Amino acid sequence: MDILLTSLQQIMSPVTAAYALAAIGLNLHFGFTGLLNFGHAGFLAIGAYGFAISVAVLDLPVVVALLVAVALAVLFALLIGIPTLRLRADYLAIVTIAASEIIRFTVNSSVLAGLTGGAQGINNNEAMGNSYSQAFKDANPFDAGRVEIGPWVFTATQLWAAILTWVVVAVVAALVWALMRSPWGLVLKGIREDEHALTSLGKNVRLYKTQSLIIGGVIGALAGIMLVLPSTVAPGDFNSRLTFNLFTVLLLGGAATILGPVLGAIVFWVLLQASDGLIQLGERGGWLGGFADASQLRFTLVGIVLVVLIVFRPQGMLGDRKELAFDDK
Amino acid sequence: MTSDPVLVAERVVRGFGGVRAVDVEHLTVERGTITALIGPNGAGKTTLFNVLTGFDRADGGRWSFDGTDVTGLPAHRIARLGMVRTFQLTRVLGRLTVLENMLVGARHQPGETLRRALVPALWKGKRAADVDRARELLDRFALGAKAGDHAASLSGGQRKLLEMARALMNEPTLVMLDEPMAGVNPALARSLLDHITALRDEGRTVLFVEHDLHLVKSVSDRVVVMAQGAVVTEGAPDTVLRDPAVVDAYLGAHHDTDLREIIARETARETAGETAEETG
Ligand SMILES: Nc1ncnc2c1ncn2[C@@H]1O[C@H](COP(=O)(O)OP(=O)(O)O)[C@@H](O)[C@H]1O
Ligand SMILES: [Mg+2]
Repeated sequence: MDILLTSLQQIMSPVTAAYALAAIGLNLHFGFTGLLNFGHAGFLAIGAYGFAISVAVLDLPVVVALLVAVALAVLFALLIGIPTLRLRADYLAIVTIAASEIIRFTVNSSVLAGLTGGAQGINNNEAMGNSYSQAFKDANPFDAGRVEIGPWVFTATQLWAAILTWVVVAVVAALVWALMRSPWGLVLKGIREDEHALTSLGKNVRLYKTQSLIIGGVIGALAGIMLVLPSTVAPGDFNSRLTFNLFTVLLLGGAATILGPVLGAIVFWVLLQASDGLIQLGERGGWLGGFADASQLRFTLVGIVLVVLIVFRPQGMLGDRKELAFDDK
Repeated sequence: MTSDPVLVAERVVRGFGGVRAVDVEHLTVERGTITALIGPNGAGKTTLFNVLTGFDRADGGRWSFDGTDVTGLPAHRIARLGMVRTFQLTRVLGRLTVLENMLVGARHQPGETLRRALVPALWKGKRAADVDRARELLDRFALGAKAGDHAASLSGGQRKLLEMARALMNEPTLVMLDEPMAGVNPALARSLLDHITALRDEGRTVLFVEHDLHLVKSVSDRVVVMAQGAVVTEGAPDTVLRDPAVVDAYLGAHHDTDLREIIARETARETAGETAEETG
């Protein structure tokens, strides 16, 4: 029972919200436009580093730091998009993987350690006065202390972080909904189905794909900021496993739906938390004695759920089964 | 008759390796006419369509549409000028509904720009008008009952119809149809011909590729014959289709078979394919 409650509490975590937001951006690329972005982690890294460096190292105001992160994400999208979006879809896939790895190596390298902290990453330490999330903490309207909601207890900081991040998720999800119901969104979905058909109808396909890459990338960068707000910035967090996890989230919830990425992120993290709880229980009970590293088990449960889902609901939890039936035609 | 060409092409060349797929010295399409483009498989008809509409690059030549030189222009810009083509292998948008396929074909929809997309007031009116027009066209093409279905659920023949209807949503001046009748069952093919005639009567120009010479004869005002990349002859259907050179051009590619046999076999195959898809 405790495991269930703790797991459900994970829904309120800024990390869950960050994954939901990142998956919304990826959904715009992959689910709605059909862009194979296998380097979404790169956009998150750019947001996280752009923001944290601006505040903690360059002492810029938070609003400016946000603009820096957004501008860098736009630049990154253009850098990737301009050479590849007129080519076949697989070129974008290759370039996004490569570009996100280049970002990770760059921030990890000692050459730029003055800015990025190299392998150490960027600290977020209030006591040392270099916290990049201080401005958010200062804006907390809740009194210090604990807040009880049903069976759960939150610190004021946790509650504020949860509200702030989930409001951003809600606003961005609403924005994407508004975009996708518009004629602009219909063109995007048309491009996903057959870009030559859209070209023959006078649509500038490359322009639309570039717009989609930029918007989804900026959403990814914002998610990157969210991801590091409660913790520190570490280069290892932005490896291709992050991209893989975001695809898992998207496929769990249902690609090309508005709320699929949100539901997917929630289910993903609640499951991870639950499997952590079960593993700890198992360790204490001595049932897992044989396993050298039980913490590796946490992804096993998620993996199993994903396999079950692919067998029984391949379109994801919110997807439309009918659409999938056409894929093999 | 004074000449008012909507499309003029000069010395258009496109080669693949050693093969000259297209080598057209001169081609004009008169405004307000139905022009049939015929020729054996591999004659270069589709390649010519691709080059003229900007989907493929030319190795040489110039061509103008409606008085504008469009040589080398990107495909979407050529389409915007009013020269809209369909594809020999249909390109319907499978996971969109039939109605959505039509709506995305409309031109001048302000909501297609990012700036205006978020303000429904700026595009709702145009969208409503487009829906009306789309339903009208779908009814005309016997797809009215399918408006809400995913396009992927349509049969091969219905896809051809949808693609043509979608092109018409774009209000083209010149509509270029690459084998619009292929795979369409004979009854529908008949009504397709009526649609094509109606297009001309609306003032549009039609250029279409077709193998069935009977169909060609019954609707077209002019016939252009291609063989091995070049225009062999052109003129009124009655004269052209009786021209021994045309028969030669057709028979040239199949010198051991009779033309009638080829057509009969193709029609049989297409009808069989159609039936299989509809029952499947
Ligand atoms: N992308 C391509 N690459 C190589 N050869 C091609 C290509 N497209 C067409 N061809 C060749 O060009 C010639 C004309 O083909 P096509 O235009 O499809 O003829 P049609 O439409 O009249 O049947 C054929 O010999 C074909 O093999
Ligand atoms: Mg052809």
